[in-house]
Amino acid sequence: MENMIWNPRMECMSRDEIHEVQSERLRAVVRRVYENVPFYRNKMQELGVSPMDIQSIDDIDKLPFTTKQDLRDNYPFGMFAVPLSQITRVHASSGTTGKPCVAGYTSGDIDRWAENMARSMTCAGITKQDVVHVAYGYGLFTGGLGAHYGAERIGASVIPVSGGNTQRQIQLLQDFHATAIACTPSYALNLAENIAAAGIKKGELSLKYGVFGAEPWSEGMRERIEDMLGIIALDVYGLTEIQGPGVAMECPVKNGLHVWEDHFYVETIGKDDKPQAYGEQGDVTFTTLTKQGMPLLRYRTHDLATLDAAPCSCGRTHVRMSRITGRTDDMLIIRGVNVFPSQVEFALTRVPGITPNYQLIIDRVGTLDTMEVQVELAPEGMEDTVRGLENLTRRIEEQLASSVLVHCKVKLCQPGSLPRSEGKAKRIIDLRKDKKNI
Amino acid sequence: MFVTQISVFLENSPGRLAEFTKLLKDSNIDLVSLSIGDTTDFGIIRAVMSDTEKAMKVITEAGYTARLNDVLAAEVPDCPGGLDSVVQTLSASGISIEYLYSFVRSEGKNAVIIFRVQELEKGAAVLEKSGVHILTNEEVRSL
Ligand SMILES: [Zn+2]
Repeated sequence: MENMIWNPRMECMSRDEIHEVQSERLRAVVRRVYENVPFYRNKMQELGVSPMDIQSIDDIDKLPFTTKQDLRDNYPFGMFAVPLSQITRVHASSGTTGKPCVAGYTSGDIDRWAENMARSMTCAGITKQDVVHVAYGYGLFTGGLGAHYGAERIGASVIPVSGGNTQRQIQLLQDFHATAIACTPSYALNLAENIAAAGIKKGELSLKYGVFGAEPWSEGMRERIEDMLGIIALDVYGLTEIQGPGVAMECPVKNGLHVWEDHFYVETIGKDDKPQAYGEQGDVTFTTLTKQGMPLLRYRTHDLATLDAAPCSCGRTHVRMSRITGRTDDMLIIRGVNVFPSQVEFALTRVPGITPNYQLIIDRVGTLDTMEVQVELAPEGMEDTVRGLENLTRRIEEQLASSVLVHCKVKLCQPGSLPRSEGKAKRIIDLRKDKKNI
Repeated sequence: MFVTQISVFLENSPGRLAEFTKLLKDSNIDLVSLSIGDTTDFGIIRAVMSDTEKAMKVITEAGYTARLNDVLAAEVPDCPGGLDSVVQTLSASGISIEYLYSFVRSEGKNAVIIFRVQELEKGAAVLEKSGVHILTNEEVRSL
């Protein structure tokens, strides 16, 4: 492959060297969390494990898992391993109920994140000659700033457009001659369709590369984006709890995403809570080896994938993770935002006048995801005027907006018309699965 | 002084209204008057029944969400301008109307207009003062 490698020393080291680097870094991170994070000290003491028991990366399965619930129990800053004075940035993503998942970064963490994103974007073909249009949202969400710092580290010209206002984005893509774009794959497709609708031919734009992530996407969707925009579209993986984008990056070989293993140790955990062999599907679980602000041991992402450590023809030696094939929990990803049915439940219990029964209808209109929340009207919520019921609908939408970070339409239903509590699956109707582009 | 109305919630989807009217028929519920307010998602049936207690029991036992509330029933001459004079009277007193519907029980008699206003007491007083007869539950049911 002709693409450059940002850090050949680290990205192409032998598997033995990776093992050594990981072992040394794991020993250090375990000592740090044991000393500085009461949650980990207690967990390890419960398991009868001391930092002395962790000599190499092969000892990883002696360590406790970390779950989203653990993060929630320690909300907001209980998992930080350094005093707040050393935290220079906080990001957050939506949690399973009202509380978000918080991540704190030291300036060193931000620096390593920029390095990992620089590796990832270089892997996609981006160099300092490129103009990078960042259409991920900037803010608590890690997408925008993650891509921004990575492109800046490479020395590319960054256009920090953030999300929304598609017509303006198209104008800027034309005027600034962006050669690379970073956003969610569904937004990329939305842009592509609007560009086509505006009668702009793909040769009229300068785009060559796309770095897309924050939601699962399929080969079919990749082909459509590549064809419509005339670019190479690659998958970037990350999550706020671990870092943000740039935990893993697909290389142009398109045979999995290289996990930057000198910074993140990845396992796939089976139903028996044991690490699976390479090639076996399991719950993708990360240990951060270099994070200072909020190091996590064996964090269960609930994303399902397989791993492959066979050599890759791009020259990188880091293990490759398959596309995410599913979830072990009921998390939904709507327009790049994590949504849990429990968040919806939580919001609904706070509005009088409706029953606890609900159904989520997820669909895709054009290229954008939509979510409708159907709720049953209770007698005390009944009104004789249309305005009265529309006010109730608005109150529910406002409550949902405060715990679910994507807009949901609310539809009132007759009691008994929605499925009862047996089987959570029935509460969620995901019509996107039947549509061809995912 | 006021008339009791039943409001019933219906989803705005095919067959829902037919289900409801069949329930009324099968349970022998006599309707005095009925109207529907709707949006693309839902409808509200508003009805005055001969036997409110029985109707409410049948409707809620069938699983519908329903509530009772008071409305004004004004008797107006069944001729052009009959409605207008009442609406003008309310409007002149600054009373806004949420909705209204009307009915004529038998030919040659006066029409009855059902009003839903924010201030029921004030609305009734204003109309009575202008000479409009406000019907009671008993009067409406015996029409
Ligand atoms: Zn590769």
